[in-house]
This record gives sequence, C-alpha cells and structure tokens, in this order.
Amino acid sequence: MKVCLQWVMVCSLVVFLAGCSSLNEKTGGAFGSDAVTSGYSEDGEIRDERLGDLEEITNGSLMGGEFNDPDSLLSKSVIYFMFDSSEVQPVFAEVVTAHAQYLVANSAQRVILEGHADERGSPEYNVALSERRAKAVARMLEMQGVFPEQIEIISYGEMKPSAEGHDQAAWQLNRRVEITYQAQS
Amino acid sequence: MIIRKLKKIIVLWLAMLVFFSHSASAELTIQITGGTKSAIPVAVVPFAWRGVSGHAPINVASIVSADLTRSGHFKTLPVRDMIDKPSRTEAIKLGNWRALAQDYLVIGEIRQNQDRFIIEFKLFDVYRGKQLLGYRLPATARGLRRTVHRISDLVYEELTGLQGVFNSRIAYVTQKRKSKRMRIYQLKVADSDGFNPKVIASSIEPIMSPAWSPDGKKIAYVSFEKKKHRIFIQTLATGKRSKIPAGRGINGAPAWSPDGSQLAITLSKDGSPDIYVVDLNNRSWQKLTKSYAIDTEPAWSPDGRQIVFTSDRGGKPQLYIIPSSGGSAKRLTYQGDYNARGSFSKDGRKLLMVHGNRGDYRIAIMDRATKAYSILTKGPLDESPTFSANSGMVLYAKIMNDRGVLSAISVDGRMNQVLTFDNGDVREPAWSP
Repeated sequence: MKVCLQWVMVCSLVVFLAGCSSLNEKTGGAFGSDAVTSGYSEDGEIRDERLGDLEEITNGSLMGGEFNDPDSLLSKSVIYFMFDSSEVQPVFAEVVTAHAQYLVANSAQRVILEGHADERGSPEYNVALSERRAKAVARMLEMQGVFPEQIEIISYGEMKPSAEGHDQAAWQLNRRVEITYQAQS
Repeated sequence: MIIRKLKKIIVLWLAMLVFFSHSASAELTIQITGGTKSAIPVAVVPFAWRGVSGHAPINVASIVSADLTRSGHFKTLPVRDMIDKPSRTEAIKLGNWRALAQDYLVIGEIRQNQDRFIIEFKLFDVYRGKQLLGYRLPATARGLRRTVHRISDLVYEELTGLQGVFNSRIAYVTQKRKSKRMRIYQLKVADSDGFNPKVIASSIEPIMSPAWSPDGKKIAYVSFEKKKHRIFIQTLATGKRSKIPAGRGINGAPAWSPDGSQLAITLSKDGSPDIYVVDLNNRSWQKLTKSYAIDTEPAWSPDGRQIVFTSDRGGKPQLYIIPSSGGSAKRLTYQGDYNARGSFSKDGRKLLMVHGNRGDYRIAIMDRATKAYSILTKGPLDESPTFSANSGMVLYAKIMNDRGVLSAISVDGRMNQVLTFDNGDVREPAWSP
C-alpha cells in the first residue's frame, strides 16, 4: 500500500509538472492532452495510470497582422447569441464574412468553431444547443465558399464559460461561438 | 419558533460534527435545513470506546444521526439533552427516554482488535421496551465510515421498511480555474454524504455526465480530451477505461440499460443530435430517434422497455418517450416551457426532471398517471437531478453564494442538505445504485 501511495504521488507530480511546463509555452495550455484516471476500490486502494503524453498544438501565433489590428474585422473572433437561439445576428454577419473571405483566400487554413452556452438549463441539452450555434456559423462560412474540410466544430455547452458570474451580464458573454485558427501543417 | 430553533441547532451541531469528525475531509461542509413535526424521534447515544488508545477513531453516533436526519424521516436527539448515555442493554433506563419523548433508541460500542475494529449496536423500541435489532459489524480502519453508514441503513430499513441508501456513493464533477484560459476538471467518487472524495479522472478539458453501471462497478462519462467528445466506460477498481465507438460531433449523455448490457447515448454524426443504443457485448448500435431537432439525455425505464429523452422538436425542450427497441416517440410533458433531463423512479411511476418556466429552473417530479407536478426546489439555476437507489431522495446541482454546489432533498421536499466543497464548483452528480 505504501508503494502504491508513493506511486500515486510520483504520478501526480509528473502530471502537475507536465501541466506547468506546457502552460509556460505561449500557446495557452496543452489542450491535446488525455485525461488521467485512477482506480477506486472499497478499501481505498488507488492506482494511477497515465494515458498518453501531453501534446502541444501551436495556436494562432503565426497568423498575420490583420488578426491583431483592431480596425480589421478579423480581430473579432467571438460571435454572441440571444437566449436559447442559434441565429447569427446581423451585427455579427460581417465578422463571419471577414473570416469567410480570409479562409477562401487561404484555403489551406483551418478553423475550429467552439460553440458555448450559458449555464441555464440542462448541461447535455446545452451541449446540443452550442453545437447548433457553431453549425450556424459553419453554414455561413460554407455559403461564402469556405470548404467544409477547413472547418472543425466542438461544442462545449456550459462547461467553459468566458465570464464567471451567474447573472444576465455573464450569460450574455457566455452564449457564443469562438473562431480559432489552427496552425497549418 | 421552535422549529427555527431546531433548524439552528441541527446546523450548528452538524458543523461541529464535521469539525471534529476524525476522518472527515477538510474540503467538505454539510448544511441541513428543514425539519418536520411528523419525523420520528430517535436517540442515538454516543458509542462507548473499548480500545487501547484514548478515544474512538470515529464518532459513530453523530454520523448515524446525520444520516437519519437528512433522510427526512427522523428527528434525532441532541447529545446534550440526554439524561444518561448507556452503551449496554442492562444500563438502559427506559423511563429516561420515555420522558424525553423518544420513540427509538440506538446504543452500541466500538472495540479494537489489533488493526481491526468491531462495532456492535442495538436498536430498541422505547415504548414497548423491546430490542428490534442487534448487529456486530467488523471493519478495517479504512472501512469504518462505510460500516457506520451500514448501521444507518439497517436502522432506516427496520423503521421505515424502505431500502437504506446511506452506504452508497455519489459521483460528481468539480471544476477549478487555474488561469484565465485553463481549468481543471475532475471526476470524483465519494460516500453518499460527500465524505472520502477520491479523484477517478482528471483533465484540463471538460468531463461531464457520469453514469453508474447498474452493478455499481463502472462509470460511463463524457470527456472532451484532445478537443473531441468521447464516451468512456471506466472500471472503478482498476481505473482502466474503454472508449465507446465515436462519431463526428457530439458523443454524450450515456445511460445504462437496467441489465447493464446496453448504453443509450447521444450522437450528432448525422447532423442533429439523436439517441442511439449501443450493445456493450458486440459494440453494435442502433439509431433510435431520427428527428432534425435536438434529441438528447436518454434514460431507461426500470423494465428496460422504454427510453425517456429531451427533444426540442416541438420548439422548446420537452420530455418524450420511445420504445427502447425502436418506434415512434410520444410527448410526455406539457406544463412549463422547459422540461429536460428526465429519469424514472424505481417503480417507474414518476419522472424526475429539470422544470423551467421563463428562465427559472427547478427540480420537479411528475406523476405519470395523474400528470401532477411536485416542485421540490426553489431554483433559479437547479439542474442535473439524480434519484437515490430507493427513489426516496434526489441529489442535484445548484448555485449558492456564486458557487456550484450539490444538494440532497427528500422527495417530499421536507429535508434539504447542501454539500459545499471549498474546492471550486461542483456539478453533475450521479447517485450510485
């Protein structure tokens, strides 16, 4: 049992350090990593098992200057939605169009559309709702000539709020689709 | 007035219990509110310690009292109101307990035998002066707390005729912010009162929707690692896990069939999210719903013949039911503009759900025959309800003081217990069989 416990501690340390080191990279987190699982039994015995290495994916750091230019629509990468709605509001249509034009001009470039919901209601229903939002943005991109292969969708539901609060102001910021560019491989 | 005082006393006393409890984890506090005149008065006398060292490793009486109290069926006597504290039958003065208006009395002792413990307890009917139960339970140091919950179960079962659920476990997900862009998500398993939490999976991408296998040995859950939705089945004892064949898009909402041979899940690979049934023996699957709307959150009826699920095919999310072998879906809920995350009671007669009206979300139970709703909670952000194995209590997630906490409530709404973890937000509870 003692050996086991030491093993657990070593493993946790390894995981912790791995997490730290990847955080220091400017990419903002090793989001390619697997989960770490542990056993659970009646007499409290625990075994840790690492399920693969932490991976690095370089994010949008190689993108052109227009993505940092506040006058460029490309600097805007978050589309916000009304309550229980997946309709892209007219005010955000031009942002989507700017990204569509960029993607059409750079057909090797790929984007991830991250769908999100506010915390209200059931978590799994919110996953579905946030996927519908991301798909609405994907459809707008495709209608303007972006290839489906350039687009990847992931729906997080209420699991990754942008604002932490539990009020209208926070909910408004959390109902969103984030457009993230993937590094060209 | 008296009831309010009683509430205060219970809360205070539980805070002390948590503070002094030996094996209590530092990350948990419990708060019980409620109290009722119809609860059965029972006195659980502090157990005598017959061991080598100074004091008992665990306060049996306080744990049993807390268990009985939060069931909503019992009102336990504070220790300081006890006239005497017998631990053996011959020391009981029935008159004392009758004078204190106690219906039942629990006494006992803990003995130490090298590295093992033996807990002996007896339950008495005070008015008839009769012993109802007597047990001697061996335990290891690690298993002490579970053994004490077993005592609560035995007492509860004897006095109510219902299955006890104190010696069960809960799974839940905690979420902790590490930096602006990074959170740690952990899937944990703990005793039914939230003690002894253990991490069974940990990730920097979301983990959600834990579901216990009917034999209590495995947990299915959804993990977003590598930025993809995947459903895993993890064996508790080993920590080993296997992946359910994935499709593009959403892979979510796993639900075990009552015999444990099938898993109902949600996949959006064909476009909109639909319900599928996966055979766990040969990994074949069948598509159950085929709407263009959102279909998700499947849950099986106790006989395994039907599946209830959430769908917005009518415009708003409502509960529908469909034969688990395939067929056409029928709408079940019409009251309120949001009904989701349905699950059946043990007898199949009631449906537990999240019930929303104009942005106010509460936990409700609908009687399937009368279609009558009973609203258990006060909202406004209550979600993820899960029945205890005897369907006598419900565990759910809510926001309290700006934090996600778990709360347990008796199905009659009489007794409410909040589990507060000072370790970030707590969501997505699942109560073990």
